[in-house]
Amino acid sequence: MSMSTAMMRQFGSKSSARQRLLTTVAVARRTLSTFWSDVPQGPPDPIIGLNEAFAKDTFPQKVNVGVGAYRGDDGKPYVLPCVREAEQIINAAQLDHEYAGIIGEPQFVDLALKFAYGNDSPVLANKQVAGVQTLSGTGGLRLFGEFIRKFGHSHIYVPNPTWGNHIPIFQNSGLEVRKYRYYDTASSDLDYNGLLSDIGDAPAGSAVLLHACAHNPTGMDPTLEQWAEISQLVKSKGLLPFFDCAYQGFASGNAPQDAAAIRLFVEDGHNLALVQSFSKNFGLYGQRVGALSIVGQDADEASRVLSQLKICIRPSYSNPPRHGARIVSTILSDDRLTTDFIDQCKDMADRINSMRVQLRSILEGAGSDRSWEHVTKQIGMFAYSGLSKEEVTALRDDHHIYCTLDGRISMAGVTSGNVDYIANAIHEVTKK
Amino acid sequence: SFCDGGMSFLSEVPVGPPDAILGIAQAFRECTDPNKVNICVGAYRDENGSPWVLPSVRAAERKMIETDVKKEYAPIDGDQEFVKLALQFAYGADLDYATTAAVQTLSGTGACRIGGEFFGRFLGKGHKIYLPNPTWGNHVNIFKDCGLDVQRYRYYSSETNGLDLAGMLEDLKNAPEGSVILLHACAHNPTGCDPTLEQWKEISDAVKAINGVVFFDSAYQGFASGDAELDAAALRLFVSEGHKVTLAQSFAKNFGLYGERCGTLSILTNSAEEKAAVMSQLKLIIRPMYSSPPI
Repeated sequence: MSMSTAMMRQFGSKSSARQRLLTTVAVARRTLSTFWSDVPQGPPDPIIGLNEAFAKDTFPQKVNVGVGAYRGDDGKPYVLPCVREAEQIINAAQLDHEYAGIIGEPQFVDLALKFAYGNDSPVLANKQVAGVQTLSGTGGLRLFGEFIRKFGHSHIYVPNPTWGNHIPIFQNSGLEVRKYRYYDTASSDLDYNGLLSDIGDAPAGSAVLLHACAHNPTGMDPTLEQWAEISQLVKSKGLLPFFDCAYQGFASGNAPQDAAAIRLFVEDGHNLALVQSFSKNFGLYGQRVGALSIVGQDADEASRVLSQLKICIRPSYSNPPRHGARIVSTILSDDRLTTDFIDQCKDMADRINSMRVQLRSILEGAGSDRSWEHVTKQIGMFAYSGLSKEEVTALRDDHHIYCTLDGRISMAGVTSGNVDYIANAIHEVTKK
Repeated sequence: SFCDGGMSFLSEVPVGPPDAILGIAQAFRECTDPNKVNICVGAYRDENGSPWVLPSVRAAERKMIETDVKKEYAPIDGDQEFVKLALQFAYGADLDYATTAAVQTLSGTGACRIGGEFFGRFLGKGHKIYLPNPTWGNHVNIFKDCGLDVQRYRYYSSETNGLDLAGMLEDLKNAPEGSVILLHACAHNPTGCDPTLEQWKEISDAVKAINGVVFFDSAYQGFASGDAELDAAALRLFVSEGHKVTLAQSFAKNFGLYGERCGTLSILTNSAEEKAAVMSQLKLIIRPMYSSPPI
């Protein structure tokens, strides 16, 4: 007997209830007060709004180099073969869809942290780290913001520039967002002295957001020597380092290397915090897979912090979605799948780097009088082109090439099929 | 190791109490008694006490694997094809999608949170929201965190083990004009005690009299009586009575998709322009929270 038949028998015939419903329901549509008539139209998201505009464009050669989502050389979204394989495994296992705990799948959290901190990291072995599964990077950042605000923080420092969404995330957490110098537009390089100076001026105890690798949007990362200096500065000023790691494995193609700054800070004894996203490196954008971890003094502190993170999570979304975390766990818990993942992730990074080389060379070949050295010096998904707002607008209006107003070009959207078109268009809008 | 400055605030962080419901699930897991029983968390179990995945869900999963579903970001407001179907499921034929602002959410919790945040912004912080007494425990924390002033209306009489309609109507009558009134669409959690359709009409009139903003929480449509249309009767009554309701919808129980966090939030408006404005504001709430919902 089907479940619904059994219940019908239990609750009696449906027809009398339906009849009551039909006769009781009044057709009169009295217009009650308009609760929402004063709600103003809000601005579209600067990054995601671009996708919408692109979708409406009918120009055949249109190019979307706005959102940071990887594309293969065919210009199409790319699902990693190891992800496909993991899904087959999960599907064959016929797992249920029960609630994960508030912190998510413990196995996923464990594997995610090992991926960043290193399998043998002493802080993991000592259980000093409070770790939770989060709604990708955004969710982890928001959770951290809410947590530190709840426990006394009033502000957070972010680099200038930074990923656009960082600012509303922290503002909506109730924090004042302060900026430290990061990028020197004139030289298209890291403003290292500005960075040291501004971080040095931060009040003791301040949280400082650092991009672990492949800085978004500039693609300029400190060298390891510079990271060591930054670490000492942060330590001496008593600051709280908070790493945003969205590109591990995707930046250089070497996952441990991309985590070097994080591991250096851990070694230097910082009780840091880290948010990880698995959107780009695993290509699991839509699944919202991430983790937030906070290194405490000891296991007891980690345990207390974890209990408080749960209290922040529960009234927000109760517990995180399972599917994406299961995919990551399936891969990272298997040596062969992990190797496949590393190779496939490196392939993505390599393709992007080859596009950087090509873009720069075509621009130089076209006789551009600007320097395009930064295109190959920068790392990760984005090229911070240096194009002005007017040039970006011209790129869109005249050439149907869509990137954000700050001139950030998603190299992932560049292919061997469109790199000539893009380079020549950039040359057109930038030549005198 | 380094123990000054940045993280010293952590040393002040006290241990927090375990969640009233989920904490018990954890205690159950840790219990070693062979006769232990978990009748705490609201998740369906079959005759053998095991979780049950609906055959239709399995079939859908097979279909998804076969059709090679991509993993791109959903839009901020989620998959509108899904949202539209979800709304039709709840509102039925009377749905006017063109004037209904709706977003995909992280199940019911996420819908309540986004709804609460929206009320906090556009009705104002400190605006009153009335919850039944008792209600699902997490409701209180969700709306408090949204900056709303959480109030209660009488709902359940332990003397009669039934609805305290007189008490409820009186409390609604005395609520300030424009208060948000949260109603459980069916299968009230935790009492299991629902108003009859006639009583719902009385409640509708009472809320109308104070120009209340109706907020339905629907977590059991189809699961309560076994008849999805019947379980939506209260919601549809209120809509036909002219209330511009807000609805939080969860697919955790009826579809057994608990851990995948599948739900919607919808807000009835008066026009396509109003819908557009409300949608834009919902997106501004969602983007800095988690960017986009899980696909």
